[in-house]
Amino acid sequence: MLIKLTGGKVYDPAHGIDGKIMDIYILDGRIAEKPRDDARIDKEYNLTGQIVMAGAIDMHTHIGGGKVNIARTLLPEDHRMDPVAHTALMRAGCGHVVPSTLTTGYRYAEMGYTAGFEPAVLPMNARQGHLEMGDIPIIDKGGYVMLGNDDLFLRMLAAKKDQNAINDYVAWTMDAAQAIGVKVVNAGGINAFKFNQRMLDLDENNVNYNVTPREVLKTLSRAMYELGVAHPLHVHGQNLGVPGNIITTLNTMAGVEGYPLHLTHIQFHSYGTEGDRKFSSGAAQIAEAINKYPNVSVDVGQIMFGQTVTASGDSMSQHRNSGLATPNKWVCMDIECDNGCGVVPFKYRDQNFVNALQWAIGLEIFLLVEDPWRIFLTTDHPNGAPFTSYPHLIKLLMDKTYRKEVFASINLDAQALSTLASIDREYSLYEIAIMTRAGAAKLVGLHDRGHLGVGGAADITVYSEHADQEIMFAKPAYVFKDGELVVKDGNIVKVTWGGTHVVKPDFDRSIEKEISKYFDSFHTMKMEHSKVSKGEIEGDGRGKLLVHEAKGRREKTA
Amino acid sequence: MENLSQASTVETVTCPFCGLLCDDLSVDRDSSGNLNVIENGCAKSITFFGRPVVTPSPRIAGKPVELKAAIAKAAEILGAAKQPLFSGLGTEVYGMRAVMNLAESTNATLDHMNSNGFMRNIQVVQNSGWLITTLTEVKNRMDLLVIVGTDIVSIFPRFFEREVWNKETMYGQDTSKREIVYLGGRDLDTSAGISPDGRKPEVLPCDMDKLPDVVSALRAIVLGKKLHATEVAGIAVADLEKLAQRMKAAKYSVTTWAAGTLAFPQAELTVQNVTELVKVLNKDTRAAGLPLGGIEGDMNANQVCTWISGYPMRTSYARSFPEHDSYHFSTDRQLSSNEADALFWVSSFNPDRTPPATNIPTVVFAHAQMKLEKEPEVFIPVGLPGADHRGIAFRSDNVVSLPLQQLRNSTLPTLAEVFSAIELTITNSALVASEDK
Ligand code: SF4
Ligand SMILES: [Zn+2]
Repeated sequence: MLIKLTGGKVYDPAHGIDGKIMDIYILDGRIAEKPRDDARIDKEYNLTGQIVMAGAIDMHTHIGGGKVNIARTLLPEDHRMDPVAHTALMRAGCGHVVPSTLTTGYRYAEMGYTAGFEPAVLPMNARQGHLEMGDIPIIDKGGYVMLGNDDLFLRMLAAKKDQNAINDYVAWTMDAAQAIGVKVVNAGGINAFKFNQRMLDLDENNVNYNVTPREVLKTLSRAMYELGVAHPLHVHGQNLGVPGNIITTLNTMAGVEGYPLHLTHIQFHSYGTEGDRKFSSGAAQIAEAINKYPNVSVDVGQIMFGQTVTASGDSMSQHRNSGLATPNKWVCMDIECDNGCGVVPFKYRDQNFVNALQWAIGLEIFLLVEDPWRIFLTTDHPNGAPFTSYPHLIKLLMDKTYRKEVFASINLDAQALSTLASIDREYSLYEIAIMTRAGAAKLVGLHDRGHLGVGGAADITVYSEHADQEIMFAKPAYVFKDGELVVKDGNIVKVTWGGTHVVKPDFDRSIEKEISKYFDSFHTMKMEHSKVSKGEIEGDGRGKLLVHEAKGRREKTA
Repeated sequence: MENLSQASTVETVTCPFCGLLCDDLSVDRDSSGNLNVIENGCAKSITFFGRPVVTPSPRIAGKPVELKAAIAKAAEILGAAKQPLFSGLGTEVYGMRAVMNLAESTNATLDHMNSNGFMRNIQVVQNSGWLITTLTEVKNRMDLLVIVGTDIVSIFPRFFEREVWNKETMYGQDTSKREIVYLGGRDLDTSAGISPDGRKPEVLPCDMDKLPDVVSALRAIVLGKKLHATEVAGIAVADLEKLAQRMKAAKYSVTTWAAGTLAFPQAELTVQNVTELVKVLNKDTRAAGLPLGGIEGDMNANQVCTWISGYPMRTSYARSFPEHDSYHFSTDRQLSSNEADALFWVSSFNPDRTPPATNIPTVVFAHAQMKLEKEPEVFIPVGLPGADHRGIAFRSDNVVSLPLQQLRNSTLPTLAEVFSAIELTITNSALVASEDK
C-alpha cells in the first residue's frame, strides 16, 4: 500500500525541517522514498494548508500498573462524570483523571499521540504493568523499571560491589521487567520510609544500609551509560513538594559526575523558601542550571487547575502529603522490599497560593530553559493533570497574550512571587515538535520514531492550522499509526494495536545464580516467575516487542 | 518443549488455589494427566490438584453435545437476554479479559462469587483508602502480627510457614521472636501461631458479631482515648490497652483480616476501623494492614475489571457504558429483583462453587468435576487454569501476579477460548442481521 501525503507544511526537527511544504510517502507502514513517476499511488491525501508532524510521544505518563489501578479504584466518582459508551468501533470505558485502559489509548490517539511511556514499572509488578498496557490500543507503549529502593541493589551498594556487578543486575532487571529505561524514585527514600525515616536528603544516610541518595544516583546513572541504554537514568528526586527542595535538586544535577540524567516532573522539585509564606519559585535558578549542564534533561510535570489524583512510587512523600488529599482518602503501600506507592487525590485551585505558584513555576521553567531538546512537555499524568490537558498546555506555551490573561486571574500573592508576566517567549511549532516528538524519541532511544525521515515508522499526525493552538492540537485532521489511518478529524476511525518498546543490554547471565538464590531466601516467589516473558506480551496476537539498540560501553570504564 | 502427555515430575509449580500463590510445589503427573502434589503442598492444594482427570462433554439441557453447539446455544441465550448477569467469575487473567469483552459487547452485569466479602474492602478504599503491605514485606520485616477475626490457616494454609516462621530475613531478624495476637473469633485454630521455640500466641477471643465493638474500642485506645468500660465483649480493656501499646512500640506491626470471614452486617465499618487505626499508628512508627483474599480468582476479576472498565466488581454495561454499584449490581440483588434474565456462571478453579438457585436461563462454565443439582440450559466444562492451561493470577496482596503453568495435555477448552467464541458468534450474527436490513 503506497500512500502519498501531498503538500503539507512539515515540521521534522530531527532533519532540521521547519515548516517546509513537502510530500511524504508511506509504504507498508514506513516512510518511503519518493517512488518512480509511474508508481501507482493507492491513496493520496491533499494536505495543503495543513501541518504535518511525526506522531507525538509522551515520555512520562502513568498509564499502566498497580498504582494506576489503585487510583481507578479510589475514584469511582470521577469516572462517573466521564462515561464512555460502546460504539461500533470502540469498547466502553471511562475517562477523566485515570481513564480505563481502552479509553486511554483512544484518547491519546485522538490527540495525535502515538506512544506513551509508563515511568514507574516496579520489578515486582511489571507483569501487571504490561498487562494493563496490553489493553491500551493504538499507541505504542514502554516502561522504565524502578530501581534504587530495592533491597538487593542497596545491599550491593552497601557491600561496595563493583560497578560491573551492578550493571549486570540492572540489565537483568530491565530484561526481566521488559523495560526501555530505569527510573529511580526518591533514591533510597522509599526504602528508608519502611524504617520510619520521613525525609532523605541527597547526602543523608539510609539508616539501614548507610548509603546516600547521591551514591544511588551516581551508580545507576553510570550503569545506564555503561550499558549503552539510550535513555538516561530517569530521576524522581528527593524531597518532592518540599519548600526549599531546589537546593537538593541543584545538588542532584551537579552530583553525578557528568553522566546523563533526566530529572522528571522538575516543577515539583523547584521550590524556594522566600517570601512571607516561605514558599517561592526556584524556576530561574533551576532553568539556569539546566542551561548550564548539557548532561541534564527534564520534563516539567506542569499542574493544571482542577481535580486530579497523584499516583507515585514515592510512598515517603505521598504519605507526608496525605493530609492534603481531596477528597479525603488515600492509599499508601509498602511493596515487596522492592518499592512502594502512594495514591493521593488532589484538587489544584487557581486561587490557592501554593497551587497557583506551582502552575506559574512550571510555565516559568518551560519558558526559561533554552534548549527544547532537553525539556519535555508533561503533566506527569495524572499527577499534575490528566494528559488530555496537553492542548491547553501547548496554547499556554505558544500564546503569550493568552498566558498573561490566565496569569492575571490566579491568586494575587502567587502573581507577586512569579516573573511569568515579564516573560515574552512563545514556543514555535518547530519547538513544540522537538519537545513532543524528535526530542522525546531521542531521549527514550526510539531510533525510528519521532521523525519523518525515510525508513522511519509512519506514525504521523496532521493538524489543521488554527489561530487557537488548543483547538488545533486537540483534534488532529489525520493520525497515521504505522501507516494506517486511525484518526480522522479527531475521531477514531480504526483501532489498531501498538507495540512495546524495550532495550536488551548485554549482561553476564551467570548473575542469575546469585539472584535466584536471593529470591529463594528472601522473596515470596521464584526468580523465574518474576520475569515477564516475550510470550506474555506477544501471546495474544496483538502485542509486539520492539527491541532498540543498546551498545554497551562497559570496557571504557571497567 | 517438554512432553505433557508423559509421566513426569514438574517443579516450581504455581498453585492457584489460594491467594498465597505458592510457586514452589513439585507435582507428579501420570501418563493420563492425573496430578499429585509431592512437595510443598498443603491439604488444599493436594485436594485441588489431585482431582482425577475427567473430560465430560458439554451439555444442552442435560444432553451431551459438541462444543460448537453448546457455544451456539449460549450465544443464543445471551442474544435473547435483555439483562444478562455474568457471575461466579472464578478464572485467571486471560479468562477474565475475555469475560470483560463479552460483557462489554452484550451489555452484561459483572459480579464475582466472593464479592460479598471483597466489597467490604473496596468500600473502605472508595471511602477512606488505606495503608497496606505485601507478602515479602511481611516475611522480612513484620515484628508483630495482629490477626482480626480469622485463623488465616483455614483459608491460607501455608501462611505461617512461608511468611511468619521463615528461617531467614533480609535484615537478620530472629523470626521466632515475632509476636502473634489473635483478636476476635471463637475456637480458632491458633496452633500455627505457636513459634518454632514453643511460645504461644496471645489470643483475645470474642464472638464474631461482637468484633465491631472490640475493634472500635482498640481504635479509640490507639487514638489515646480513655475507655470507661472495663471490658468489651468479654475482653478486658486492660488487654486491649496492652495490645495498643505493643502496636505502638512495634517497628512494623501488620494487622490482617479476611473480609470474607467478617460475615456480620456493615462489616466494612470494622474493616475501616482497622485501616484507620493503622493510619494513626503511622504517625509515629511504621505499621501496615494486610487484607487477605485471592480465592477463586477474586483478585483477577477485580484487577482486570478495574483496568478495562474503570471500576471493580459489581459493574454493569447495561446502558452500554460501565456503571458501578456495589449494592444494585450484586448477584443476589440482580437475581432477587428479577432484573437479570440470563445467568452465565463461571467457576473454573472449584467444582464445589455451583451457581445460585434461579429460574432464569443459566449457562455454567465450570471445572469438569462440577456436579449440579439442577441441570442448567447449557453446561460447558472448561480447563483448570494452572493445570490444563497457562494463565496469570494475582496474589492476595493485589500487587504480585504470577504465571500459571500448563501441567498436562487437556481436551478441555480454556474459558477465554469459549467466551471469545461466543462473542464472535454474536458479532457475526449481528453483522448478518444488519446486512439483511
Ligand atoms: S497455601 Fe494456598 S497457594 Fe499455597 S499450596 Fe496451599 S492452597 Fe496452594
Ligand atoms: Zn511520574
